[in-house]
Amino acid sequence: MGSSSSISSAHLLRLYDRFESLDRDNRGCLSPDDFEALGGLAMNPIGGRIMEAFFSSGQDTVDFSSFVRILAHFRPTDRNRNKEGAQQELPSSRTRKLKFAFQLYDMDRDGKISREELLQVLRAMLGLQVTEEQLQSIAERAIQEADLDKDDAISFDEFKKSLEKTDIDTKMSVSFLK
Amino acid sequence: MPSGTVSHGASGRLRGLFLVMVLVFLEGSVFTVAVASSDQHSPTTAHSGGHKATDHGSHNNTGKAFPVLDLNYENVRVPFEISLWVLLASLMKLGFHLVPHLSNIVPESCLLIVVGLLVGGIIRGTGETVPPVMDSKLFFYILLPPIILDAGYFLPIRPFMENLGTILIFAVVGTLWNAFFVGGLLYGVCQIGTETSSILSRIGLLQCLLFGSIISAVDPVAVLAVFEEIHINELLHILVFGESLLNDAVTVVLYHLFEEFSGIGSVTLLKGFLGVISFFVVALGGVLVGVLYGILAAFTSRFTSHTRVIEPLFVFLYSYMAYLSAEIFHLSGIMALIACGAVMRPYVEANISHKSHTTIKYFLKMWSSVSETLIFIFLGVATVAGPHDWNWTFVTVTVILCLVARVIGVVGLTFIINKFRIVKLTTKDQFIIAYGGLRGAIAFSLGFLLKKEHFPEREIFLTAIITVIFFTVFVQGMTIKPLVELLAVKKKQEAKRSINEEIHTQFLDHLLTGIEDICGHYGHHHWKDKLNRFNKKYVKKCLIAGERSKEPQLIAFYHKMEMKQAIQLVESGGGIKMPSAVPSTVSMQNIQPRPPTKPAPERAIPQLSKNKEEEIRKILRTNLQRTRQRLRSYNRHTLVADPYEDGLSDLFLKKQKMFQIEKKLKEMNTYLTVPAPPPDSPTMCRARLASGKHTDFKPDQVQKGNKMCSDPQAYSIKPASNKVPMIQVDLASPQSPDSVNLLDEFGQANQQEEEEQGLMMKPPSRPREAKKPSEEDEAKDPQKLMRCLSDPGPSADEDEDGAFLP
Repeated sequence: MGSSSSISSAHLLRLYDRFESLDRDNRGCLSPDDFEALGGLAMNPIGGRIMEAFFSSGQDTVDFSSFVRILAHFRPTDRNRNKEGAQQELPSSRTRKLKFAFQLYDMDRDGKISREELLQVLRAMLGLQVTEEQLQSIAERAIQEADLDKDDAISFDEFKKSLEKTDIDTKMSVSFLK
Repeated sequence: MPSGTVSHGASGRLRGLFLVMVLVFLEGSVFTVAVASSDQHSPTTAHSGGHKATDHGSHNNTGKAFPVLDLNYENVRVPFEISLWVLLASLMKLGFHLVPHLSNIVPESCLLIVVGLLVGGIIRGTGETVPPVMDSKLFFYILLPPIILDAGYFLPIRPFMENLGTILIFAVVGTLWNAFFVGGLLYGVCQIGTETSSILSRIGLLQCLLFGSIISAVDPVAVLAVFEEIHINELLHILVFGESLLNDAVTVVLYHLFEEFSGIGSVTLLKGFLGVISFFVVALGGVLVGVLYGILAAFTSRFTSHTRVIEPLFVFLYSYMAYLSAEIFHLSGIMALIACGAVMRPYVEANISHKSHTTIKYFLKMWSSVSETLIFIFLGVATVAGPHDWNWTFVTVTVILCLVARVIGVVGLTFIINKFRIVKLTTKDQFIIAYGGLRGAIAFSLGFLLKKEHFPEREIFLTAIITVIFFTVFVQGMTIKPLVELLAVKKKQEAKRSINEEIHTQFLDHLLTGIEDICGHYGHHHWKDKLNRFNKKYVKKCLIAGERSKEPQLIAFYHKMEMKQAIQLVESGGGIKMPSAVPSTVSMQNIQPRPPTKPAPERAIPQLSKNKEEEIRKILRTNLQRTRQRLRSYNRHTLVADPYEDGLSDLFLKKQKMFQIEKKLKEMNTYLTVPAPPPDSPTMCRARLASGKHTDFKPDQVQKGNKMCSDPQAYSIKPASNKVPMIQVDLASPQSPDSVNLLDEFGQANQQEEEEQGLMMKPPSRPREAKKPSEEDEAKDPQKLMRCLSDPGPSADEDEDGAFLP
């Protein structure tokens, strides 16, 4: 973990306590069942994706260092203060957070959010309340707005650009993890 | 009225300005004449009134001739004067914008106070007594509610809730600090700095504290007036504005507390404790009352689908009643009003018609604008009128203390708050927050309410209050704009939200909720998620009519975007390529289907010869013209919802013209087969012509089920609801003349089984993946084709349904 993403020892301790409480069978690592035991995550439309993000590269257990590494994405960042006192976001932190979010969309890791992937996310979020056609139109519109190089998919840069007005650092921060 | 000539250049402006001046002078003179004549005239009118009563129709005993033209001002005096005042306020507002650079330098509030001073001066100069316009009842019950309601109804909920903690701390702790600091130090100064016989030393501690509590409250009216013109970023705006709204609870409690104590004259610890409790009661009680009325209003709006005309009235009435009800119990009326507006808004807006929504918006803006103008003018008049007692020490010490207290308060509180915030407040932010603490008319009215018996120094207080108000409004109000520029404070960003932002924001919300769950941390997102779930599950079902209750927020947002785009399209005159190619196919079910005055559309038309096609086109044309006629019977009770009546008629005209041009182009390509145009879309039919397909125009449902769509390009995307006959209005794509030519290459009369052949309008450079006709591709096909063939028209769902049809 780089210096900009290191978590203080107090918080690490809290995270370890949490890790241990999640690890029900005390194996020192988390399995998918442990995540699913969290009721809130089960109700979450993208709960499955979040879970998968923890299990990197085909492993089926999560040890503590991976656990912390993933959660470190959501650490609130200290902002640089340049001379005028204006707050700048550290560009790397914002990119890192966005990259994490992007990967949750892009399940097949081809570097682009295709229409099908977008549709899947929309379907998950909106559920049974909308018809398929409505979803199609929304996905179509979204892709057209964001797709600048007309390859019918949203690349990471286009994703970043469409969120340039949103304050990602604030939005993707959990104060627990400072 | 010269307002229309503003655009015609400087001479028009000068003329307008001159006219406004003349009108104002006329009005001022009418005013004084009216005031004067009312005294003179009342005896004579009473006289002649008496005569008329005694001599019913018989000859007058006095021999007075029958008054053909009589002057009876007394009856209309009060409404007349009120109208004159409002007219003056409105004319002033008008006039300021005619003067070229004035509104840039001086904020409107300052100008209005000056106008008030002038009017007051004129009235006093003519020897009349200045009418006591700043009557507290008038202020609190008539002038203030519209402004607060406007603020509450359009309160941006998301930033408000996100910063609620900060706002509350500033409002409660900050105001308390200000009140005690100013009051206490003022008392100290009064005791120490002057001789014991002076009037100042007679001011008791309680009076000073009361004065402190009156003067320390940041005023929402003044803040709104000034901040609206400087366009700072959302965070600062909501912080200062939120503080000004929420500190009303503190002010109310402190005011009543100290007033009670001054009356009684003794303070006990129990009473102090009760005061603290009463603060919570006042604040939470006010909010509760507001929420209650808000829910009532939302519930009522659920049933208004048949009486759309009075929908806005419910919003206004319930809000006003919330305010008054809170005032009955000495709860915070302002908080009630804010809570009512904020709570009812999402549900009411889902229920009411588009026109009612516009009505509410414009009425609120109008009333709040007029109210604000009147308040400032009255402030000026009251300054001239009110009994003054100028005391140098008191006034200067007050001003200085107010400033100092505000700065110390803001800096100190920010230090504490920043420990809990993710986005810290910088020094610049703190400066703006401190500098934006303007006092205004609420302080003056509260001072005016003081009873003379308990407060013999009332005049001193009033003078000091007015001075502080003038200072903050003039000095701080005028200089804040250049300071904002100088300090390069972040300005308000363009508010256009794209659908991508909306999708991603929701996605991130879910993501953060999940992460918080994993961390076991019940943070911001967790509670927001819970609230949303509760809202969706229970509340929306009760309060929103019909099927809109199930409509997720994203869909509503998408609708709004499509509608906006549609309006833009109409205004820009059509023929312009729009980026999004897919016409909105989502039906908006809250738009009233027009009562079927015209026959239902013909949906299945077999292939026609050219002559028949001509006939149909002629019929279409005549019907297009028919839509331009106004509603024949304007009946107040049956106002049909037709959102885009005017825009539509223009649009149809333009399309008509284009249609005729296209027709001429098509004459040249006679070898193209002519499939049947659907009765409801001239452009689609043109596009279809260009595509050269035989089409049997089958209704949607059949098409959807039919994989080998007879006409995949048109309507397979539509949902299956047929209750609202829809019109797909697509604008002419400038591409299509080309596309017509292109088509020659592709030949004609394509069978449906051919995939995408002959339908691709773009040059063959576009990669054509050979797709199996799976369902997914069929769905994708139409979208691609849509993009190729036509530009999207406005979303058909909001259009007049029956209009096109023969």
